[in-house]
Parts: sequence; C-alpha cells; structure tokens
Amino acid sequence: MNPTSDQHILIACGLNKTYTQRSGRFGFGNSKVKALDDVSVSLRAGSTLAVVGESGSGKSTLARCLLQLQPLDSGEVMFQGNNLAKLSGHALRQERRHLQMIFQDPFASLNPRMKVRDIVGEGLLIHEIGSPKEQLDQVVRMLERVGLKTADLNKYPHEFSGGQRQRIGIARALVLEPKVVVCDEPVSALDVSIQAQILLLLKSLQQEMALSYIFISHDLRVVRHIADDIAVMHKGKIVEQGRVTEIYAAPAQDYTRNLLNSIPGRKPLAA
Amino acid sequence: MTELLRIENLTISSASAPEQLLVKNVSFALERGKTTCIVGESGSGKSLTALSVMGLLSDQLQRQAGRIVFQGTDIAGWNNQQLRNIRGKQIGMIFQEPMTSLNPVLTVGYQIGEGLAVHLGLKGAVLKARVASLLQQVGIPPERANSYPDELSGGQRQRVMIAMSIACEPAMLIADEPTTALDVTVQAQILRLLDDLKTRMHMGMLFITHDFGVVADIADNVVVMFRGEIVESGSVNEVLNNPQHPYTRALLDCVPDVEGSKPLKPIDYAWLKTGVVA
Repeated sequence: MNPTSDQHILIACGLNKTYTQRSGRFGFGNSKVKALDDVSVSLRAGSTLAVVGESGSGKSTLARCLLQLQPLDSGEVMFQGNNLAKLSGHALRQERRHLQMIFQDPFASLNPRMKVRDIVGEGLLIHEIGSPKEQLDQVVRMLERVGLKTADLNKYPHEFSGGQRQRIGIARALVLEPKVVVCDEPVSALDVSIQAQILLLLKSLQQEMALSYIFISHDLRVVRHIADDIAVMHKGKIVEQGRVTEIYAAPAQDYTRNLLNSIPGRKPLAA
Repeated sequence: MTELLRIENLTISSASAPEQLLVKNVSFALERGKTTCIVGESGSGKSLTALSVMGLLSDQLQRQAGRIVFQGTDIAGWNNQQLRNIRGKQIGMIFQEPMTSLNPVLTVGYQIGEGLAVHLGLKGAVLKARVASLLQQVGIPPERANSYPDELSGGQRQRVMIAMSIACEPAMLIADEPTTALDVTVQAQILRLLDDLKTRMHMGMLFITHDFGVVADIADNVVVMFRGEIVESGSVNEVLNNPQHPYTRALLDCVPDVEGSKPLKPIDYAWLKTGVVA
C-alpha cells in the first residue's frame, strides 16, 4: 500500500439528499426517499476510500453528489479550501478539472458516435489546455499509459471489448490529471480476469499520478483489495467507517458483519 | 449413485458458420441430489451448454453432434412438442434476471400455478393450496400470491422464479447465474434456499456461474470451461484446492480473496494460447 498521509483532500460534512419517488399502483402516489441522511466522509490524500452498500443504499447518489453532478439538499463538500456545494458555473467547472469520474458501464458511458481521440481529448478541449498538437500528444500518452495503442485513436467504442472500453473511460477521466477520481462500480460489469487487469491498472495509476480514489462498490472482495478505508452505507446512512483491515477483521456493527458473512465462499466471522 | 443427466461430446456451432465451434466436445454427468457448477468467463460456452439440455438454443445456433441423455433417454434430437413434456415438469429452469423473466401483467400466484395446471391438470382450490405451499417453501408469505411482480423486491422475485421451477417437483434444476443480479446478503439467502431444496427434493442441480465464491458454497462437482471446451472437471475440493489445468489456476489467481493476502494476477491469454491450450 502506498504511503498515505493523514491529510484529507476531500471532506464532506452532513450531506442530505431526498428524492421524491412515484409509488403505489400505476405510480399515482408520491413518497420521499432519503438517499443521503446526514452523511459525512473524508478522503485521505493518495488513498482509496471504498463506499460499499447494497442496491438502494445511496452509494451512487453519494458519488454523484460529491462531484456536484446532482445538487445536494444540504451539507458541504470541502475541496482545496472551497465548498463545492456553494460553487456554480465557471468556478465549479474550474474545480471539476481536478475531480473526475469513472463509470460502471463501459458500454453506456461512451458516446458511440465519437472517436476515441475525441472522447479522451474532450476534457482538454473544454478546459482549453494546450494547443491542438499538445492535446493530441497528451491523448496518445494517456492511451498508451492505460494499455491502448496510437492506432486506436480513430476507432469508435463498439470496436473494443468491455475491458478495453473501461480503459478508454479511465483515459478520459485521467487525461486532465485530476486529484480525486470517483470510480462508480468500475469493474462490476467485467469478467474476473479483466477485473484483475483493471484493478491493477487503477492501483499503478494511483501511485504514478498521486490520485485519491473514492471507490463505489458492492463487491467486498474487490474492496478488500483496492481500498485503504471503507464506509459502509445502509438506507442512506453510514453505519460504519474506518480502515479496511480493521473493519474486515472485526466489524463493530451487525449490518457490516452480516454483509461480510454473505461474501460467497467465505467462512463466517464469529459474532 | 443415480445418474440423472449425461452429456456426451456436445458440439455447438453457429448455424451460418458451421466451422465456427462455440462448444466443443463437452461431456459430463450429473447425479440426483448433487450440484454441478459450470464455471467460465463470458463466451466460454457455459450458458449454451445449459440451454441445449432443454433444447432452448436459438435458431442461429445448431447442435452439430452429441448426446444429451436424461434419465436414460437421449433427448438431443427431440422436437419442441416432445420437449414440452419435460420442460418445467422434469427439468426446471431459473434465469439470471428475475425482473425480465416474470410476466408483469399476471399475479405471481397465477404464474406459479400455470405449470401445475398444464402439466398436472390441477385446478381450483387444490391448485390454490399447492401454490400457497410452494410460496411458503421459498419463504414468501402465501398471501403474496395475489401480488404482481413489480410489487416484489429482486430477491422475492427470484424466490418466485424458484417456486415456479420446482412446482412440478422436477428431477433436475438448471440455474443460469441465478444470483448475479442480487445483493450479497440476498445472494447468500437464495443460495441457501436452493441448496436446501435440492437436498429435500433430491434434485440434480446444474448451476452456471462465473463466481468461484459461489462455486465453493454450493457445488459438489465443478466443470471449468474455456473457449467452448472443458479444461478441467472434478470434485469441488479437487478443482478449487488442487487445480491441475493452467487455465483453472490462472482463473483462480485473478479472483480477489477476502483476506487480501494474495496478489491479483490477470490471465496471460497469449501464454495460454501458445503454451498450453491448443
């Protein structure tokens, strides 16, 4: 594990988010769902914080709210001395350069009508970084770094396998040299062998580029491998958080213990 | 030892390109009261093998060779009409997606009862009572028979699928990645339920999965498939603890372990191709 300081790069405090959801037969009724209920997390610089939970626990909402891809009801997200929740427009776009996201589904998250060079280069274009020549060089460097070739520049997403598409998604997120990357279930759509490749790639990129990851996952075996810290979510609340090694060895909450005991192929922990 | 199913030299190709083999010379057997897991990555042919047992291959695929002997009879050449007497009655099947494999406009009670009415001619109060007892067996309150699929959670829907598949007390159950779409805690419950039903009803279970953790929990025997071929088969203990084939070893090496004690190692396909697997 890389040396991680105790310095926090991203601190979220008291996040709340409520959705209104259609309910009842034919959706005539309304009900409120608390997706985030007073959630506070902090990410240590250079480390990986895993957010785990079952479907509907609010982990993806948390990912999206941290990056301000969705507005929060209340709470603050401190990054480099700014409260992201208060920023908008140009100021928010400036910060976004340092905050990137890798998505779950490499089939749905890449525009099928764009070539790889445009998908990966789009961020550089938007943030007006370098001349067109420099941008292309940067795209090529990034592609090579994630294990793709210069010849792939002019291909379209459908010409790639799932694992390769995820590499394109990683190149797209990292080309701007961000500080924090939110990975939303980046390997759950992949075969185990491809999953292992992508996990190792993410780990080595983290070291090289001094990245801090927030890693959203439902797979506790993957989390054990990639994360330093873990936050367990259940029904919009964080039920337990701490170091991965400690929580896996001795979970304090019943919910966490039940989750760990449900990992297939594992001998149950003592209560 | 009662042999339930024997697959011999099963070979499947695409109908338009017969030289392109998707499943090659697959042979294995399944006993009553035992679970055989077929493990492999996507495209390994594990689902095709399972589908061909029920004669459910799509028209774009063809079975080129092989025997499928179910309870002593070769059913490989049977037409749909003949197979209909077996499907749902002697062989039950559970699919991956409990959301899409149930009919949204019919109550779950109706859907569970359908097979009983068709195959066993049950109706009225007898049918109703049987449906209620099936729901109870899979851990759903019997009054939920009047619910529609959208009123149930993913795990409950998969339980309904299981109730449907065991309704006629089949000799064999085929489960194609039945827990892949579920949360871990729900997955653990469903695996326990299936294992329990298998023992109680003395069924043979053919279980398709890509997850070695699930294999360790549920399998008696394991068949490992790679690019349409069986590379290794044996008891769960042999295959997981003492894998003989390099592909099996490589596949096990890329599964992250929960103790975090062993390094991840992706599969080197180029090496497999030139070095070992023809």
